[in-house]
Parts: sequence; structure tokens; C-alpha cells
Amino acid sequence: MSYAVKAAGAAAALVASVALLFTFERPPVDSVQVGYRGLGMEQVVNPRTIPATLARNEVPEVIAQVPAVGPKAGQVYRNIQVLGDLSVGEFARTMAAITTWVSPEQGCNYCHNPNNMASDEVYTKVVARRMLQMTARINKEWQSHVQQTGVTCYTCHRGNAVPTYSWYNNDRPPRAAGLAAGQAGQNLAAPSVGLASLPYDPFTPYLEQDALVRVQTPAPRVAPVKPGIKDAEWTYGLMMHMSTSLGVNCTYCHNSRAWYSWEESPPTRTNAWHGIRMVRDLNNNYITPLQPEWAANPYGPPTGPVQPRLGPHGDPLKVNCGTCHQGAYKPLLGVSMLRDYPELNAITRLDAPPPIRQ
Amino acid sequence: MAEYQNIFTRIQVVGPPYPGVPLGRESVTRQGRTGHWHLLGRLGDAQVGPIYLGMTGLLSVICGFIAFEIIGLVMLDSVNWDLRQFVRQLFWLALEPPPPKYGLRFPPLNEGGWWIVAGFFLSLSVVLWWVRTYRRARALGMGTHVAWAFAAALWLYFVCGFFRPLLMGSWSEAVPFGIFPHLDWTAALSIRYGNLFYNPFHALSIVFLYGATLLFAMHGATILALGRFGGEREIELAIDRGTAAERGGLFWRWCMGFNASFESIHRWAWWFAVLCPLTGGIGILLTGTVVDNWHQWAMQHAFAPSYPPEAFQALPDPLTLAPGGAR
Repeated sequence: MSYAVKAAGAAAALVASVALLFTFERPPVDSVQVGYRGLGMEQVVNPRTIPATLARNEVPEVIAQVPAVGPKAGQVYRNIQVLGDLSVGEFARTMAAITTWVSPEQGCNYCHNPNNMASDEVYTKVVARRMLQMTARINKEWQSHVQQTGVTCYTCHRGNAVPTYSWYNNDRPPRAAGLAAGQAGQNLAAPSVGLASLPYDPFTPYLEQDALVRVQTPAPRVAPVKPGIKDAEWTYGLMMHMSTSLGVNCTYCHNSRAWYSWEESPPTRTNAWHGIRMVRDLNNNYITPLQPEWAANPYGPPTGPVQPRLGPHGDPLKVNCGTCHQGAYKPLLGVSMLRDYPELNAITRLDAPPPIRQ
Repeated sequence: MAEYQNIFTRIQVVGPPYPGVPLGRESVTRQGRTGHWHLLGRLGDAQVGPIYLGMTGLLSVICGFIAFEIIGLVMLDSVNWDLRQFVRQLFWLALEPPPPKYGLRFPPLNEGGWWIVAGFFLSLSVVLWWVRTYRRARALGMGTHVAWAFAAALWLYFVCGFFRPLLMGSWSEAVPFGIFPHLDWTAALSIRYGNLFYNPFHALSIVFLYGATLLFAMHGATILALGRFGGEREIELAIDRGTAAERGGLFWRWCMGFNASFESIHRWAWWFAVLCPLTGGIGILLTGTVVDNWHQWAMQHAFAPSYPPEAFQALPDPLTLAPGGAR
């Protein structure tokens, strides 16, 4: 072979190995059978990424519990609307926990005016109160999804004032009326759907509106038209989001030979079904009604962090599967922080219509 | 010798260019200069030209160019005319067919209208090229096998992009023009219609696809292995079997008790190749029109295996348990 051919071969090999090194995880990986034999129902685990996963999902140290004795916070402090039934000690513990979970850098002043702790003048306090109600809603009304594990502020926030994973309405193409206006919100390399060319905002129809996810017959017909291939692409997009958010593949919830068949699906699919309804409930009853608060403070409170609180269409950053799961099949790998913070269950006023489970 | 055993041919015999057989009076004269291109010679014959485009060829190229331009410009528009993004995301970009609400009507140009226009010109282009393959074969006094094989591919193309959407009553069922988007369409078609894996015509199509590649590998390997006995001179060997054909036949009788002839092996390969898109097209045409869920169909016809219900610990469909029942 000529020198030029050898040099070109070496250069190509170098480029290929760099691409391999930074694109793929090296084999071998472990596969765990989770379904009936012969169906390929298995989950793939790379033993070398487990330490990183564990580190990412470490639970913060528990603040020492305090007895529920003494006067109630609602009697001692002014303007206590949802945590009034806690004792003063429990109330202080809860406030300290929320600070470490949500605003460890900004501290109490992220939500409070230090000169008047009772005042609602910092908008984040209003948001935080609503989020406490939302947490109670999840733990009380959505046990079909969160079971007894439950959630706390930390499930989503993880020490960040704004949870790392959220979404906003992105259902319009970049050009409103150009040649490509009818691209059906797809055909760009979109991280939201695992870099596929699938519809890049499957959240608006399924996690805010109540579009029917199922496309295969026997699907109950809601629309005058039967679902078509384009509908299947939207569902596919949502499923890509669920798969990447949970770090699992399709067979975690489906027997992939018959997506529609509930008779052949593991119970995880039922759990996920309730999860979709839960997220809709959270977005429509808890997040979106707070929009005016964020619209008045589109880059957050004066204490920072300076970060957009609204999407380009003016809607707030909303919840999807990744908001809690953050790449784990169960948020925080199934550790129940709620068990250590029973105060969060003391909220009884949920201020929302009953959840829709259909 | 090791240098020669390569996909590239390093030995090139360069002689005066061969103009080809004389054609009848109804054919336009072949045009252009004739030359030898060394790099092409490494892959096949080094001679380029003379070229015969003719009226059908010319119109085909023009129509194909129009379709190519429309698709490219819409793709460019979808990244806001940003050339860098156009290159970066080229494999993701597409010209999408109209949304379902338009059915078979002609939608606004920017909502799938361009898809219909591009599809029209692309179809015209491939059909004109088909006419060209047929007429050129006839002009040379050849059989029209190549044209009919090409027609088999066009059958699948028209089923996916024209006949099936027509039967479904909506252009939205058709294939987008784009690299990854058309693959996503394929996956979505299978997902929507209950797993194409259980479509028996899809199964037949795969048999012919893999069968054709297997036959091609067997045939190609046999001929290359007979190269030292002049085995690549197949036409002569069909008449006078000679030592190469004898050895090839004996080899396969040793290996599987039967051998194709130098003529019939090409018939085998041709039919396998042609039946791949023919059966595939039938399978696609039945999808959604006759059978809405192939898995259900396969269960009804004992084509798919069933599993014990306890194998899945399945729970009932929560939608049917919801208050108010199924929506």
C-alpha cells in the first residue's frame, strides 16, 4: 500500500476511535431478565456507571426529628396557611429542610423578607406554599404512582432553586409561516426525544392537554378520525422521553411485541399510566396557575439565581417525567425521604379540584 | 497476487474507447467525448461515455432535480436558512406530508403542499427513468429484465407514497422525504398498526431480502473462486461448460446436493430480488386498510405464540377502570 493510503487509514482509525471513546460505553454490560422467557424483556445495566448513578442519587443527611409537642406554628406565627398544624419545632425543622433542599446558597431570604418573615412580598414564598400543597397532593392523591415512597421538595429540586429538568411549550416550528411551517413540530435533532427526529414537544399534548396516548387498536375512539402514523410518532416521542428520563428501555413497561396489550404488560406500565395523569394534574392545577408570579419575575427573585422562569411563549417551566426521575427508574433509586419528614403530610388544604384519572 | 485480491482492480488495460454496438435509426446518437477514468477503472470499466440521455432521460433528470430542490429548500427553511445547521442536522431534516386534517385535499403549500409537488415530480422522474431503462434495453435488443426489476422497486415506492395513502384517505399516511424521518415513519407505521413483524407479507419480503443477499453471496463467491479457471466468462460457460462451470457445479453438489446452472442462478437471484419489494408492497398495502393490528390478526390466526397470563403479572387497563369507563 502507498504511504498516502496508510496515512489516511491511520487518520480514519484515530477519528473512529475518538468517536467510539466519547460516544459509547465500553462492553460488557449486564442484562437482567424482567419478563417471560423468549420475549427479550430485559433491562441493561452497565456495572461501570453504577457508582456515578449512586452518587447522583445520594440522599442528603436527615435533620434530627423533633417531637410534635408545644404550641402550634399557626398559633405562634402570623400568615401560616398550610403548615399551621405543625408544632413550632416541627415547623422550624421543615423550614430548615426546605432551605437545604431548594435554596442552600440563597438561604431563607430566597423566599423571605428577613425583616418580616410573615410577609408574602417575595413571590417565591407564594410559589413555595403552592409547591408544599402540590407535594401533599402527590403523596395523598397519587399513591397510584408514588406508592408509599412519596416525594419531598428534594425529589425535584436536589439543591437547585429551579429543578434541573423541566419543559415549556415548544410546539411551533422556528419559523411561524415559512416553507416548513407544516413540519408537524418534528424533524430536528431534539434532546427532548433522545436526539430522534420525532416531534420535539410531546409534552404539550400529553402532559398538559389530555391527548390520547394510545394509538393502536383497540383504542377507544375519541376523535372522529382514527389515529394515524403521525399520531404514532407523537406517542413515540413521549415514550422516548419516558425511556430516557427513567434510564430504562421499552421493555420496562411493555412487552414490545404488542405495545397496546395490557394483558402482556408488566405492572410498571400501570404505574406509568397514573404517572402521566399525575403530571397533567400538577401542571394544570399547580404550576400553570402560578404563571403570573413568574411573569412578574421572569428571571427569578433578586437573590438569584438569574435563570429564566418562563419559556419563549410565556408559559412557566413545567413538570415531566425527568423532573423527578432524573435518569433513575425510581427517583433517588426508591429511597423514601418522606418517611423522615412526616411534617409534609400535615398539609390538608390542597386547593385543587379532584384529580382526573382517565 | 495479494494486491490483486481486493475490491479494487489494480490492473487496467487501456485501449481505444469502444463506441458500443450500432443502434437503429430511431435512437438519438450518443453524445459526449469518450475517455478513460483511472479511478473508475479500479471499481469497474474505466471507460466513460459516450452518453445517451435522450428525451426521457433528460426529462427525468429535470423532474428529479425539481423534487430535490424543493425538498432541500424546505429543509433549509426548517432550520431558518442557517447553512451550518443545515449541514449539522441534515439527516434529521425532512419535507413532511400534510397533516391528517387535509385528508386527500391539496393543502396550503407550506403545510404539505410542497410535499405533494415534490412527490409528483419525483414520481414523474422515476417513471420516466423506468421508460428509459425499458426503451434502452429494447434498443440494444436485450430482454427487459432490468426494467421489470426496477418496476418492482417502484411498486413499493408507489404503495408507500401513493396507493396506500389513497386507500387510507389521507396523504398524512405517506412517507416524509428525509433520512431519519423516513426511518421514524417506518417505525411509527409498525407501531401504529400493531407490529409489522406479524405481517406475513412483511415476513415473505424479509425472506426474499435475505434470500437475495445469500444467493448473491453464494453466486459471487463461486464465480470469484473460479476466476483462476476463467469462471467470470459466464456467457461462454453457459454454452460450453468447461472446467470452471464443472468445478462450480460439483462444489455445490458436494455442499448441498444440488447446483444451479450458470443460467438459472441468475433467474433465482432475479426472482428473489424482485419478490422482495413485490411482497413487501402487498404487506404495506394491507396495513391499515385491511388489517388494523397485525399482532391481533396473528393471534386470531395462531400465527403468533400466546403466553400464560400469569407470565406478566399484568394489571387491567386503567382506562376501563376509570370512573365513567373508557373514553
